[in-house]
Amino acid sequence: MSDVILSIKDLKVNYGGIEAVKGISFDVEEGSIVTLIGANGAGKSSTLRTIAGLVKPAAGKIVFRGDDITNCDTNVIVRKGITLVPEGRRIFPDLTVLENLRVGAYLRNDDISGDIQWVYDLFPRLKERSWQAGGTLSGGEQQMLAVARALMCKPKLIMMDEPSLGLAPLVVRGIFDIIREINAQGVTVLLIEQNANMALKVADYAYVLETGRIGLSGTGKELLTNDDVKKAYLGS
Amino acid sequence: MDLRKDKKKDMLCTAVALAAMFIVLLVMELTMKSTSILFTVMKKGVIYALVAVSMNLLNGFTGLFSLGQAGFMLIGAYTYSILSMPVSVKMGESVYKYYDCAIGIELGIFPSLILAGVIAAVFAALIGLPVLRLKSDYLAIATLGFAEILRALFQWDAMGPVTNGANVLRQYKDLTKVKIPFTNIQFPPTLFCFLVSGICIAIIVLLINSSYGRAFKAIRDDEIAAEAMGINLFKHKEMSFVISSFFAGISGAMLAMFQYTVQAAQFKTAMTYEILLIVVIGGIGSVTGSCIASFLFIACNEWWLRFLDESSNNILGLNILRSGFRKVVFSIIIMIIVLFFSKGIMGDREFSWARIRAFFARFKKKAAASEGGEPNV
Repeated sequence: MSDVILSIKDLKVNYGGIEAVKGISFDVEEGSIVTLIGANGAGKSSTLRTIAGLVKPAAGKIVFRGDDITNCDTNVIVRKGITLVPEGRRIFPDLTVLENLRVGAYLRNDDISGDIQWVYDLFPRLKERSWQAGGTLSGGEQQMLAVARALMCKPKLIMMDEPSLGLAPLVVRGIFDIIREINAQGVTVLLIEQNANMALKVADYAYVLETGRIGLSGTGKELLTNDDVKKAYLGS
Repeated sequence: MDLRKDKKKDMLCTAVALAAMFIVLLVMELTMKSTSILFTVMKKGVIYALVAVSMNLLNGFTGLFSLGQAGFMLIGAYTYSILSMPVSVKMGESVYKYYDCAIGIELGIFPSLILAGVIAAVFAALIGLPVLRLKSDYLAIATLGFAEILRALFQWDAMGPVTNGANVLRQYKDLTKVKIPFTNIQFPPTLFCFLVSGICIAIIVLLINSSYGRAFKAIRDDEIAAEAMGINLFKHKEMSFVISSFFAGISGAMLAMFQYTVQAAQFKTAMTYEILLIVVIGGIGSVTGSCIASFLFIACNEWWLRFLDESSNNILGLNILRSGFRKVVFSIIIMIIVLFFSKGIMGDREFSWARIRAFFARFKKKAAASEGGEPNV
């Protein structure tokens, strides 16, 4: 087994008086695809937002490649190599595709032309639309742009919050192909999904979140055949 | 390759157009009467263009709905007039009649102009600390409040030794005191306003097109996504606020130069609304829109619609014209603009040579088609 790139210990997140995440612990191994599945309100998004530094945790510890990043600001965390593809895509609608990508590389001072070429090779569709405003893209293209934008800061770990949200099945398959492709190029992926079936198929390891706690965990294949998971998330 | 070639051509076009504008201005100033209303409108228009563009940087490009512009202009105007006032005037009785002036220094025009911007920026940095944590309407209310506080502060009796209380400041270095360097010849005043404003607006445009500008626009489009990309929201908002106020301060200083007198009572909320109106009419997020709109606004306000205020003029024998009628007509024009150009004259686009070329190309095609007698499909 390879090294642990991200390690979460007893993470608790509160919104006002409401405990969204009630002490979860999990590890992400370098070079793997790890997925968190769970129903709405299970605390998946809160976990990712806390890792990204957008929300401060109430308790617990987040360690990334040996550094404690628990209370770091987002720009520090991004610089260390974690990026978040936010839920609902959230591309910049009035900026062109190229400008969106440039903002993704905002914290970098080195030459980015090679990486723009790299993401354009990953998403040829975006290259065609390079001068178009982000808001004029279709949903699937916007999701591609959101992933490409996150890749522009050369992350070690890319976190995706429901990349399949609101997309047609065929487009979803394309997005998951891309996730595999990115992973094959050496980027660790932490994925959140409602679409448990697809997520478990690509995942090396998976955790099931239930109302702020981790219920089950196992490899993707194990959970796909697990009866409880089948009943609750796969609908069969 | 073609794109780069076009870009070079566009830059050349812009440079030629700007040079032509300055030459025309110079010729006009040398040949026409300097008291012509045209010069007044151009001077005030270009000063307002600068403050409108600075407000657009904040409202249109960073998405911060701030209404403090008049306050920062006030700081700029006061800083400039106090610093550039000759010491003999400060110590005399003609301006500081009721107070002993506490400022014993006198600076040249350029140091005073730049300090006017710097002091406005310092105030903005302090005000920004609490205010920029607010969002949308609350930010607007808070900045509006601070602008009013500033005005009250400058009129305050205890500030008299510095600001001359609520009394007028004058006899500082106004536009007629600008000399051509190393000579004693007066610098053409309209040209001076265009040069200073032009340089400032050019700096703002460069900023907007830089990576900082992209970060500002990203914050405007989606704060959460911008933060997730590692953009420090507060730092960038503060930066935008401070830079915007710096240029508002400079335009306030130029307004002081243009007017010959300065009084805090002038810099009311209504002034901010005038600037906001220019920004909205020109198009939120368009620098060229703000410039065009500010000339239109000032020309209407000071010149073209003035005849409506004269009760001696009759229309169709009706005696409806009287002082204040201008504002009624003006409001109607604004309503028409808002209804039919809901995104302003320019929307969020900028002036571009490519569009002009496209327009002429289409025009030519049309002409050719009608000459040939072919139906225009």
